[in-house]
Amino acid sequence: MQVTMTVNGEPVTREVEARLLLVHFLRDHLALTGTHWGCDTSNCGACVVWLDGEPVKSCTVLAAMAGGHEVRTVEGLERNGSFDTLQRGFMACHGLQCGFCTPGMLMMTRALLDSNPDPSEQEIRDAISGQLCRCTGYASIVRSVQWAAADEAGTRASIVDEE
Amino acid sequence: MRFVDNDRKPLGHGRMLRKEDPRFVRGKGRFVDDIQLPGMLHLAVLRAPVAHARVVSVDVSVAEAHPKVKLVGTGATLAERGLAWMPTLSHDVQAVLATDKVRFQGQEVAFVVAEDRYAARDALELIDVVYEPLPAVVDVRAALDAAAPLIRDDLDGKTDNRCFDWETGDRAATDAVFATADVVVTQDMVYPRVHPAPLETCAAVADYDAVEGALTMWCTTQAPHAHRTLYSLIAGLPEHQIRVISPDIGGGFGGKVPIYPGYVCAIVASMLTGRPVKWAEDRSENLTSTAFARDYVMRGEIAATRDGRIRAIRTDVLADHGAFNGVAAPSKYPAGFFGVFTGSYDIEAAHCTMTAVYTNKAPGGIAYSCSFRITEAVYLIERLVDCLADELDMDPVALRLRNLLRAEQFPYTTSTGWTYDSGNYEATLHEALRIAGYDDLRREQAERRTRGELMGIGVSVFTEAVGAGPRRDMDIMGLGMSDGAELRVHPTGTAVLRVSCQTQGQGHETTFAQIVAEQIGIPPADIKVVHGDTDQTPFGLGTYGSRSTSVSGAAAVVVARKVRDKAMLLASAMLEIAVTDLVWEKGRIQVVGDPNSFVTIRDVARWAYGTGDLPDGVDGGLAAEVHYDPASLTYPNGAYVCVVDVDPGTAVVTVRRFVAVDDCGTRINPMIIEGQVHRGLTDGVGMALMEMIAFDDLGNCLGASLMDYLLPSSLEVPSWETGFTVTPSPHHPIGAKGVGESATVGSPPAVVNAVLDALRPYGLRHVDMPLTPSRLWHAMTGEPES
Repeated sequence: MQVTMTVNGEPVTREVEARLLLVHFLRDHLALTGTHWGCDTSNCGACVVWLDGEPVKSCTVLAAMAGGHEVRTVEGLERNGSFDTLQRGFMACHGLQCGFCTPGMLMMTRALLDSNPDPSEQEIRDAISGQLCRCTGYASIVRSVQWAAADEAGTRASIVDEE
Repeated sequence: MRFVDNDRKPLGHGRMLRKEDPRFVRGKGRFVDDIQLPGMLHLAVLRAPVAHARVVSVDVSVAEAHPKVKLVGTGATLAERGLAWMPTLSHDVQAVLATDKVRFQGQEVAFVVAEDRYAARDALELIDVVYEPLPAVVDVRAALDAAAPLIRDDLDGKTDNRCFDWETGDRAATDAVFATADVVVTQDMVYPRVHPAPLETCAAVADYDAVEGALTMWCTTQAPHAHRTLYSLIAGLPEHQIRVISPDIGGGFGGKVPIYPGYVCAIVASMLTGRPVKWAEDRSENLTSTAFARDYVMRGEIAATRDGRIRAIRTDVLADHGAFNGVAAPSKYPAGFFGVFTGSYDIEAAHCTMTAVYTNKAPGGIAYSCSFRITEAVYLIERLVDCLADELDMDPVALRLRNLLRAEQFPYTTSTGWTYDSGNYEATLHEALRIAGYDDLRREQAERRTRGELMGIGVSVFTEAVGAGPRRDMDIMGLGMSDGAELRVHPTGTAVLRVSCQTQGQGHETTFAQIVAEQIGIPPADIKVVHGDTDQTPFGLGTYGSRSTSVSGAAAVVVARKVRDKAMLLASAMLEIAVTDLVWEKGRIQVVGDPNSFVTIRDVARWAYGTGDLPDGVDGGLAAEVHYDPASLTYPNGAYVCVVDVDPGTAVVTVRRFVAVDDCGTRINPMIIEGQVHRGLTDGVGMALMEMIAFDDLGNCLGASLMDYLLPSSLEVPSWETGFTVTPSPHHPIGAKGVGESATVGSPPAVVNAVLDALRPYGLRHVDMPLTPSRLWHAMTGEPES
């Protein structure tokens, strides 16, 4: 079947099998390999992308279901060649190690800050509770999101939190 | 675009943001499954649905007729080429595809190669395998029963399910101490089977070029050079025609050390089809067939004086190795470094007997985020010490302080023969107690108990043995466990460091640049670290067992110093002064007593490749290569305090606080070290409270998805509190020790000790991990689990 959608602002049309998962459509058909796959059961959240601005697990959405909708992936986070604040926050606060969960974490926490610019630690933990990270132990991800929230609110003290 | 914060670190050690991060936050990491080659085919593996059965027949005719299928392979296909079996890393063999029997649920039986990944999966359904079921053996004790079915009938002369017997320490001396001890405490405990479960599963892309006779293998491996040698031995390809590339790896934790059948199938499929072939396992395949960890059934005994001096430790272990012995440990150490089970204490005598058995469970026995089997050893001793404290009615901290090795006792040789290099255990423990506010916590606990609230405080003190290892003692498959490093300084003064270890998130591209920067004065931003490609890097055994900083890091120091030594010779020509009149000041070579006369490494580099005169016997260029053979292991250590609350109505455990004080010697990048510690603490909470790969009586794996194998999310773990002490390793060139796995090793007993401490009103001395609400509830109510 033919499917047409907008991905990171660009219209795309492809001939696909009806059963094709959105995560495989993005990775194998569009070569947008920033979106990862980590489980079969919607537990890990490495595949989180936006569908019409809402975070979804793209392993649980058919490419066909995204037809006519807007998809945004981690590759669409940068604006005009500049990092999103959250990308900077994750780098500044060691919010990633192997980098495999990072795209999903970024998409989820960007959505969080868009709806809640000043989340509490518990709200951040709740937001990413459907996602797994095997490297960071989550504390530095929480810190990264707090860093970005403070930066966007203009309340962050310095560029680098020196030890 | 460069990330500006990286440039804030002009030289050497200290917090520095990671050089690798910009690509990851952009989604531009390059993981194996991201690789797409022209004409690439996809391979899927058919797996055994039962744990033990004779393979009567495999009919692939319908699968072969599928329009998108290019190749179907079976055990017979491989047997024709002598590839049906492969060596494991521990002198056993493992079936690549079953020819005679299947020996665990999930074992590889056949593969399909098709035009896309969905079609390959479809065609698996079209393969008809007839199995003749055999009784499955899933319990270690049952496996030793004389009437148990024989699992490894493929091994000549094998008549039972024993894998190996092993012993360490002095039995007579230990028994003598036990015979005269005031107090003996015995405790049975199980370290359950767990799985490292990196977020990225295993995958490979094999690309065999028949014209050149050359194989390029992208592969999720922590040890690319070892894999290259083994692929050469397995597949019969000349080693110089094999290039193994381990690109970005989405976590390894030990699970990506072994060679798995899927890798070999991908190579064979590429050779037979003449096209690149990708194999990527799904999560269930990952959890059911790739290497597990732990699975030790232990009886521990501790002997002490009435006033709390620990005198001896004795333990008997039944080790479940699954269907094939896939332990990835040095050859002489079938039980890994379990011999460090005397822990951080000064103990007169110790003895261990171990029987390892085959069962109808997945093969493995890898070191999941630890140096070989030390997690089990630390759990044993740290639980035993708490059991002893309970018996003596002593505070577990007071008991530990009574027995910890003292700073002046290092180097200390344990009664099982391990020489700990350095440590200051009492100071480390006191720092953890200070951060935790231990005395206040005990007061709070007493107060809460009066209200019926179950608060627990658990302590562990651990010693790890990492950085395997000296080649005279340690090898894997005959390959000495040393590592290479090559450093090239370019004419403009930038540099490339090539190392044989491989990062899976540990930040080597940053840490190793800092190590070299500290030695030769080139900013880390100007040093590129190349790793994970056997054509691009010197030989070495890779990254596991916290050996990167201990061994490869040492290699990086030594090669940088070698380059620096040559730079001094060149500088003597440039400055026309004897080399003995020159001194290395960080970042420059200057004339002794004349700080205004100096050259920088950049000046020297230009000269080295330029037209100026060279000293006699010194050639041009500025580069060196070394192969570092560690003198000994390094022994990082730490003290942890865990605070939990147990809900008396539901038995749900909440980890309220966790304080970790680690001593990993010289600290290169504190930010990265803290991240490594956080990771391990999360492992510890997971293993103590949630994780277990269980099996039913038929050998069906009950932890085959992330719905059933529970990993900690952001909601199960607290905000970690960390601290450190610094006791440099005396034999590492910059005093560094490994740290990547310390917290995985040290934290599980702290969590379990905390839960048992909370449950003191129930009179419980021990409950086996994972301490799920169900398990604890049954323990608290005295009802057996169904």
